[in-house]
Amino acid sequence: MPEQKTIAATGNIFVAEAMRQCAPDVMAAYPITPQTTIVEEYAKYVAQGKVHTEYVTVESEHSAMSACVGASAAGARVMTATSSQGLALMWEVLHIASGMRLPIIMANANRALSAPINIHCDHSDVMGARDTGWLILFAETAQEAYDNTIMACRIAEDPDVLLPVMTCLDGFITTHSIDRGQTIDDATVAAFVGERKPEYALLDTANPVAHGSFAGLGGPFFEFKRSQRDAIDRSKSVVERVGKEWSEIVGRPFGLIETWGLEDADVAVVVIGSSAGNARHVARQLRAEGGTKAGVVKIRCFRPFPSRELAAALKGMKAVAVLDRAESFGAEGGPLFLETRSALYDLEIRVPVVDYVYGLGGADVKLELMRQMYADLSDIASGAAAPEGLRYLGAR
Amino acid sequence: MSDPKWDISRINEWKAEEFPRGAVIPEAGNSKYYRTGGWRSERPVRDPKVCTQCLLCWIVCPDSAIRVADEKIAEDTFDYDHCKGCGVCSNECPVDAITMVPEGCELIEGEKDA
Repeated sequence: MPEQKTIAATGNIFVAEAMRQCAPDVMAAYPITPQTTIVEEYAKYVAQGKVHTEYVTVESEHSAMSACVGASAAGARVMTATSSQGLALMWEVLHIASGMRLPIIMANANRALSAPINIHCDHSDVMGARDTGWLILFAETAQEAYDNTIMACRIAEDPDVLLPVMTCLDGFITTHSIDRGQTIDDATVAAFVGERKPEYALLDTANPVAHGSFAGLGGPFFEFKRSQRDAIDRSKSVVERVGKEWSEIVGRPFGLIETWGLEDADVAVVVIGSSAGNARHVARQLRAEGGTKAGVVKIRCFRPFPSRELAAALKGMKAVAVLDRAESFGAEGGPLFLETRSALYDLEIRVPVVDYVYGLGGADVKLELMRQMYADLSDIASGAAAPEGLRYLGAR
Repeated sequence: MSDPKWDISRINEWKAEEFPRGAVIPEAGNSKYYRTGGWRSERPVRDPKVCTQCLLCWIVCPDSAIRVADEKIAEDTFDYDHCKGCGVCSNECPVDAITMVPEGCELIEGEKDA
């Protein structure tokens, strides 16, 4: 196993470091708020001559993603980063990137969307982008954000995938807090990610191609969407394979989902991102107190959604709570709840699932709130009726 | 026109996986195989006796449908496979040498200025 260096840095610096090691040809970014310090750090590498990247500062996130699309179609390895309103402004181009099958890698610092104005963590930005055809990976820690970025590079450019990948980390909690983690040497990363080998590069003048064509008026638009669906379905095994290869190098496990304590659990919590730590911490406390035996399922890969894996993990639970850090206004519950309950539908014995919307706009995810949720689960497991509708955990 | 390298003759039968990924067109300059002349309701006709060979029509034609040979407007002036009948050439011609004629009608001598 290659030697690793333990460093203390913010999640953003871990991501910027991973990007430097993946050596993108082009990075296009809007350099003003809500931009992250990922691109600020990367700009420093450019100024210091540490990277060969063509660094393009543009006038908006819409332009940032457009420049990424052009550069990726030209054949470049392309990376960028954004957050909240910035991701929202990229919207239409997110669909274009995936529809054109361009393996762009983007880090997103998960932050709330206005209004009211708020800059703190929640998953409203990325959950709104969940149907744009991008693969979506989530990190709990700075370490996972580092690992996800490097894996994303391989996954996006895999010939069976060729789709853009978004790697998400929780705004401020993970992006700005200093965390301990390990980085590996440049040569190991370079060997792992390899070079991008584009099949249809605009800059390949010996084999000229046209990108961005029309498929309407009875044309094959429907068929193109079908092949996009096939590609994201295929990507699931690629994510698993790449995750396994990376784990063998760095010694850190990776799965589409990561489970804790499920073996003997009566109830379980499904969670994404930094709050998984709180969920595990309280589950541990309850076990030590002789209370509820709870397990925790953390989603690392949200698109493609690991439905079968989740159903297998939660089979036989007496109650399941889903923690949603985003709304799906007017729907039965938050986005993760909708996916989770749908994944559990085919189980022979019905598992009661309760949805908790929590932490919107950076609202504190206090341990007593977690306790309250586990107490509800315990009641349901002992025969109480599961509450109807979603609950706002800790909202007044 | 030579045959295209990329054979799309059976495109209406292709399955999703047979299309080039991401709607890429893997051959350059093949738009010429798409005949847009059928869109035309009026066609341009040039009077070589009036034409001064200024080449303005060749410059303004948005479909590159005006033929030039030896730096002169060719006798066989219009590429009717691609001319959409927009009339820009006729409008821009400084000596009114190009007349738009409804499709299906012949230009009748003497009616040009009527």
